[in-house]
Amino acid sequence: MIELANITKTYTMGTQEVHALRGVDLTINKGEYVAIMGPSGSGKSTLMNIIGCLDTPSNGTYILNDIDVSDMDDDDLARVRNQQIGFIFQQFNLLARTSALKQVALPLTYAGYSRRDRYERAEAMLKSVGLGDRIDHRPDELSGGQQQRVAIARALVTEPSIILADEPTGNLDTASGEEILAILDDMHQQGITIVMVTHATEVAERTERAIRLRDGLVVNGS
Amino acid sequence: MNVTESFLTAIDSLMANKMRSILTMLGVIIGVAAVIALMAIGNGFSAFVSNEIQSLGTNLVIIVSDTDVSGGYQTLSMSDIDALSDPANTPDVTEVAATVQSTKEIIYQRRNTSATVVGVTSNYFDVYNLSEVSQGNLPTQQDNDTRARVAVLGATIATKLFEDTYPIGEAIKISGTDYRVIGILAEKGGSMSSPDDQIFVPLETAQAYITPLRTRKGEMAVTMLLTTAASEDATDAAIQQITDTLRTRHNVLYAGEDDFQIISQTSLLDTFSTITSALTLFLGAIAGISLLVGGIGIMNIMLVSVTERTREIGIRKAVGALQRDILIQFLIEALVLSLVGGLLGIGLGWLMTVIVAPIMEDAVPVIDLGTIALATSFAAGVGLVFGIYPAWRAARLHPIEALRYE
Repeated sequence: MIELANITKTYTMGTQEVHALRGVDLTINKGEYVAIMGPSGSGKSTLMNIIGCLDTPSNGTYILNDIDVSDMDDDDLARVRNQQIGFIFQQFNLLARTSALKQVALPLTYAGYSRRDRYERAEAMLKSVGLGDRIDHRPDELSGGQQQRVAIARALVTEPSIILADEPTGNLDTASGEEILAILDDMHQQGITIVMVTHATEVAERTERAIRLRDGLVVNGS
Repeated sequence: MNVTESFLTAIDSLMANKMRSILTMLGVIIGVAAVIALMAIGNGFSAFVSNEIQSLGTNLVIIVSDTDVSGGYQTLSMSDIDALSDPANTPDVTEVAATVQSTKEIIYQRRNTSATVVGVTSNYFDVYNLSEVSQGNLPTQQDNDTRARVAVLGATIATKLFEDTYPIGEAIKISGTDYRVIGILAEKGGSMSSPDDQIFVPLETAQAYITPLRTRKGEMAVTMLLTTAASEDATDAAIQQITDTLRTRHNVLYAGEDDFQIISQTSLLDTFSTITSALTLFLGAIAGISLLVGGIGIMNIMLVSVTERTREIGIRKAVGALQRDILIQFLIEALVLSLVGGLLGIGLGWLMTVIVAPIMEDAVPVIDLGTIALATSFAAGVGLVFGIYPAWRAARLHPIEALRYE
């Protein structure tokens, strides 16, 4: 469960202060499938980063699965990301010159799994996203849709309770995008909490709830 | 993540950029090769010098006149030989030989050359480890007493004068007078005033006809006394006894300076080892500088690498890499670069010594394990020191900024 209370985030850009979030209250229940929407500059990326424990709020409290993560240091946040959160990015964010198997095994490396366990689980995960025959391929040998599926396998391999997807279909053609959304639907069926940032209304309509942001505030759907 | 994993990750990443890895290593390779080769040459040179000194014969103590103190006169006389041979004066001295020497023109038939002609006591050959002859005999005490005009030749000069002629019994002219060749010494080697290039005649013959030096009092003089101490440990005692005896005999006042100089093998070795180890250290320092430059090259590439791989670092952090994991990964990359560079450098350095060995002739370069250990640990140190800053920069990157980096 994600509980955000009065979250603010202020950046300093040069001499100017930018108020990216101005007091967000938001609760997302376990197993929910929600979309975060809003025009650019509305603060949705900042909100995603905070929910994903990639960044900490300037003020306010963030309780993730009953643990206060608002004031954690770098390494503690890294452990939370490793164990509880899986990321799917618009840019896929795969490591260059690295096989699909190693990409997927990477989070398990930092979780301390043995080499054998890592590769076994990574291979099983790649099979479940339909890439069982592509485990030795590098990103430049895979299509966009396949790369995104590798990224999904990497996000799921640690069995996180939350998946954060930042415009997961933004760089894909319609057919590949549809495949990815089908996998997300599947994950939802299995009870994983999914938070997705998207511009596209038809994508948001597949979720249970759309949260709309404007100028750093939630205007609808909290 | 444990160290083995970090190590494998680092290897993966280096293999993915082979060309860059090799170019980075080049600095360390050259640095280490230079350390190995220069130290080996230095070691070879000092081994050569100490061999040369030791080939003079063990326990040898040499006494020469100090003409600066005596005002140009030779100070060592024939009677000094007797005094130093007396166990009452010098119990730790076992043998005393003496020489007079000068450079003269030598003629055999139509060939002429110049050589050092050494007048020697008959025990000189034993004291100086020269008693082995390839042909003929050594001069006897009787040759000395009768001032016989006989000569023994070093191997090189014998070949030069006689070529294929059988030399024994032939007459050579030294300063215009005939001398009968009675023996040829076995080849001795060495390059600092090697006996191979010298001609030996009985001491009193030389004093009478070739090098008629006298002391201030008018006694027949010798230019050098060669004594042997009873053992290596007795050398210091022997030197003291010789000093006391000669000072008394030469009437040197209590506060006066010795009118002779004593050179022992130990003192020669000490002097030369000071010089050669300074030389080796100097060469090593020059090589060390190139290693330092190699290290800065590693730091440069690692910093570029951190920038270039900002996104990779971001991804690793997003999926749970701790600061320590990133730090260790980059540190190990730097360490592997410098260690592999170091090993290749050892190989290259060895190759360089093999190539220069023929030019060095007798001073064969010597690679010792200490040099290898030094170069390897220096290379590892370079990797560690110059890898820390880039690794620290990488570890401190903020995940969001790293992920956003294009």
